[in-house]
Amino acid sequence: MTGNEACAEGALAAGLEFFAGYPITPSSEIAEILADRLPRRGGRFIQMEDEIASLGAVIGASLAGAKAMTATSGPGFSLKQENIGFACMAEVPCVIVDVMRGGPSTGLPTLPSQGDVMQARWGTHGDHPAIALCPRGVRETYELTVRSFNLSEAYRTPVILLLDETIAHTSEKVVLPERVRVVERGRPSGPPERYRPYAETETDVPPMASFGRGYRFHVTGLAHDETGFPTNDPPRIDRLIRRLDRKIRGHADRIAQVEERIEDGAKVAVIAYGSTARSAARAVRMAREEGIPVSSLALLTIWPFPAEAVQRVGGRVRDVIVPELNLGQVAHEVEWALGRGPRVHSLSRVDGDLIRPVQILELIREADAR
Amino acid sequence: MSFRYEMRLSGEGGQGLVLVGKILAEAAAIYEGINATQSQSYGPEARGGASRSEVILSDEDIDYPKAVDLDLLLALTQEACDRYVKDLRPGGHLLIDEDAVARVPEGELKIWAVPFIRAARERLGREIVANIVALGFITRLVGRLSEESVRESILTRVPKGTEEINQKAFDLGLSMAEERGARRG
Repeated sequence: MTGNEACAEGALAAGLEFFAGYPITPSSEIAEILADRLPRRGGRFIQMEDEIASLGAVIGASLAGAKAMTATSGPGFSLKQENIGFACMAEVPCVIVDVMRGGPSTGLPTLPSQGDVMQARWGTHGDHPAIALCPRGVRETYELTVRSFNLSEAYRTPVILLLDETIAHTSEKVVLPERVRVVERGRPSGPPERYRPYAETETDVPPMASFGRGYRFHVTGLAHDETGFPTNDPPRIDRLIRRLDRKIRGHADRIAQVEERIEDGAKVAVIAYGSTARSAARAVRMAREEGIPVSSLALLTIWPFPAEAVQRVGGRVRDVIVPELNLGQVAHEVEWALGRGPRVHSLSRVDGDLIRPVQILELIREADAR
Repeated sequence: MSFRYEMRLSGEGGQGLVLVGKILAEAAAIYEGINATQSQSYGPEARGGASRSEVILSDEDIDYPKAVDLDLLLALTQEACDRYVKDLRPGGHLLIDEDAVARVPEGELKIWAVPFIRAARERLGREIVANIVALGFITRLVGRLSEESVRESILTRVPKGTEEINQKAFDLGLSMAEERGARRG
């Protein structure tokens, strides 16, 4: 199956009940599959009038208790930013799939890119939490789609799944597990009249009631207090914004998922993600065959940025290579994480083609020989 | 001994090259138990425009999912042939449509010029199955894929009601390979 098919399967396995979207290449197959499959098991599929409304519908469905998602690509992802901010502020769990294609604007509809990494972090305005995951292949797309739902439910926040055109449209054999671990959002247990939808709790994640189940509460994009009603009271505002940030940052180590391999004697490390991590894996293997030891790190979690893993792997070498299909969006984060440590080399490609393993291998050879 | 076999199927949109790639990859991964990835690259057009599909077969995990050193190139247009022939490894198979590709490249290649499109039109009455004729020919060249696996895979992938004509197209491709002495190597 393709990455898009695996994404749809993963969403169904995670308990998807509602999908709203507006078709766009290279994400359309996700909507196409779910339009067929979701209603067959009692879920709802709606093709909305545009991307903004799609995420609006998803937020509404989630507030009513349904696990909900939408899927899009760069141009649609831009439109969704306003509602992503709303979902962050109102703490509405949902999954937004962005199958990255070349940008900016309508860019390259059918060609891969990793240009939306920073948009996934800072696309919507204001200080807000962000979780974004980025799979390397078809099987991992299935797994990380399930995990996207689980994290969004666990932390009551939107989660962004970053695919790219290559993974979305590449077919690989996948054996689907018979069952997967599924997380459900925490729900209130006390009497409805005492329910505070934005209560400050130990985990920083307040329990979430579903609309229509007897718990009445107010939802707004305005800064609000524990009741959900708007407030202009500085201490309350401060507590809210800091809690939203802490809710994710405080659990960053649990959200971080990476695959690292530290090689003894390596002077070089390669840090990559998404389809580019496949180019990197091959380059690292080719280098080892030539007798050059290379450490490697694949980032499955992009946001919150797994800085500790980057330090573990990058802190032991002289040169770090970051190949990516953009002009260095993650390379800058790696530089920041490593401070005054090793030299960071950004290997960029923005012409709609993948980075060839040999391009990375050449940099590895150069850095190792230095 | 590990192997990696890379194929690119190229031509224009609407020729069914992505389908052929999917059939080959499924024949390998599902019916033969060989690792396979299939990917594609095409323009924004629904028909016309350059189109290509790639299949990689390996007995190991396939890290880089795209072809870099082709063992086999199918080119159904001159443009595709001109553009991709440089990606063939020395001694690789270049499979071209005899009528569509007039300028045949030179080099250290095994060249098979075959009238896939004409044969589909004249012998089966349906030009649209030229892709499956080519698939029959490719099956003989790849060797690692049995005729039965590819046939099974065709039957699960082609639209309902077209099984018979596609089987005939596949048989035609196999026999055209036979006539020309095409086999793995």
